[in-house]
This record gives sequence, structure tokens and C-alpha cells, in this order.
Amino acid sequence: MKKLYIIALIIILLTPLGLLASGSAWGEWSLDEVKEMIGYVPEGMSKFAELVKGILPDYSIPGFDANFFQQAIGYVFSAVIGIAAILITFAILGRVMGRVKKKNG
Amino acid sequence: MHIPDGYLSPQTCAVMGAAMVPVLYKSVKEVNKELDKKDIPTMAIGSAFSFTVMMFNVPIPGGTTAHAIGSTLLAIVLGPWAAVISVTVALIIQALLFGDGGVLALGANTFNMAFLAPFVGYGVYKLMMRLKLKKVLSSAIGAYAGINAAAFATAVELGIQPMLFHTATGKALYFPYELNISIPAMMFAHLTVAGFVEAIVTALVIYYLEKVEEDNILYQYSYRLRGEKR
Repeated sequence: MKKLYIIALIIILLTPLGLLASGSAWGEWSLDEVKEMIGYVPEGMSKFAELVKGILPDYSIPGFDANFFQQAIGYVFSAVIGIAAILITFAILGRVMGRVKKKNG
Repeated sequence: MHIPDGYLSPQTCAVMGAAMVPVLYKSVKEVNKELDKKDIPTMAIGSAFSFTVMMFNVPIPGGTTAHAIGSTLLAIVLGPWAAVISVTVALIIQALLFGDGGVLALGANTFNMAFLAPFVGYGVYKLMMRLKLKKVLSSAIGAYAGINAAAFATAVELGIQPMLFHTATGKALYFPYELNISIPAMMFAHLTVAGFVEAIVTALVIYYLEKVEEDNILYQYSYRLRGEKR
């Protein structure tokens, strides 16, 4: 049981490894990148892009992403916040979802 | 694979969102039928796992990145309908808190990663089991198929945009590349790298869950793997 928490903690602390891969995912470019690639920003794209920026945009703490160390902290912090949000969501869903087990002594 | 807002036309977003309504409805009904209340925390663990796995970007030759999803793993452990809910919650949190994937695009993103991926992955896993392959290997093959199905759907949704939505002069209104570019690009990233990452992650966890002892919290959640019914 304790081992499981330790594994979870290690996975979370290792997430900044995901920052080492450079570049955007294909098809997830910023408007600047799109402009660089095709020479213009499609009209509809600029209209709807970044409709919701998020509280921690791109898993970083705004203004605290100057170097890899800061980005890594922001990334781990984002992982913790994200997981907490998921657990809270399911705590609520758990009240309305799932079969109530019959009493069987 | 998280389509940002502005990449799909509002019409496409509406169609994909509408497609997800019956899927989510059916998922909730099936979960209510198949899972006990005390199993819901496993769905939470699965959702958190999927969320975290998606943070591990892996480099793709050519300067882009991709990541695993964990959809097939969740489908095997929790059942495909519960996997739909778990991955959907992870995708909603990613869109709202981190701007990863659009909010208007949530219908498309959940369709690809939370519906297609777990069901294709689970279907292929079941098929492999029927062909008498070992559980761990079957899960790996299923996971590889599942994530690639999602990548293909993403490429199609993106690639049809310039055909359908452009200005009078032919300039794209939304995503600018056609299918002949989007499909090879997405499939290259997922057939060569991300698919194998998904397969390995899935196989490792299934291997671990099969060995889990009774005192482990995951034991009560891995009954499906031991073929037990509830």
C-alpha cells in the first residue's frame, strides 16, 4: 500500500521528463507557429484560439517559467493540481454514480 | 492529439459534441449497472493515471512530440464504459485548467481519446485473448491499436477542415493542412513512437496488476484481470 503511494509520487516527480521533448505536438501549434508555417493565421483560427487559457497555461505557473528549473516546478505543481481536481471531480461523481451494493451480512 | 480551439470549425465541434452525448449517457448507465459505489475511486485513480501519463511528452523524429493516453489500460481494468468517463474527466480538466486541448474541441478530443481509443483497444485486446495470446501481450497490442485509432480520427477531423471551410480565395479558415498531410504526420508520430510507449505502459501496469497481492489497494480493483465477476 505504502509502495503504491511511493510509486505515484515518483511518477509525479518524473513528469518534467516530459518537458525535455522539444517542439509542439503536431497539430497543436500556437498562432505564431502557424503563421511561421503557412504565412498567415487562418481567420477562424485566430477567432477561437485561446478561448480558455487555463489557470496554469501549458502546465506552467504564469511568470515562473524563465528556466528549466522553474518550468519543472510548474509542471510538477500542475500535475498535483490536475490530479487533485480529478479526485475532487470523482468524489462528486461518486455520490451520483455507481451501484449501491446490497447488504449481504 | 489534443486539438486546440480554432483548429476545427464550430460546425465540426458541434457534430463531435453531439456524438459524445449518447456515448456519455450510455457510459454513466453502464457504470451504474456494472460498478459498485466503492469502485468509483478506481475510476479516479485511472483518470489521474491517464492525466499524468499524457504529461510525458516523447520526442518524435522531425521535431514534434506525442504522448501515451492510457485509454486501453483503463478499458481493460475498469471496463470500456468506465474508461470513457475516466479519460473524459482527465480531458476536461486538461482543457479547463491547463489550456491543453480546446474547450469547443472537447467533443472531438473526448471522441478520439476517451471513446475510440478505449473501445478499439479493448476490442483488439479481446480478439488477441481469443487467439490465445497472453494477457500482457494482448493488452500491449490492444493499446497500440487503440491510440493509433485515436490518432487517425484526429488526423481526419483536422484534415477535412480546409476542404470544407475556406475563404472565397481558398485560404483556410481553420486547420490549414489537408488529409494528405495530416494523416501521414499523425500516423507517423503514433505508429513509430507513441503507439509503442502506450503499449509498453499498458503492458507494464497489466503485468504489475496481475501480480498484486491481496493487501494492495489495487487488488480489489484488479478482479477483472483475474476473470472474477462481481
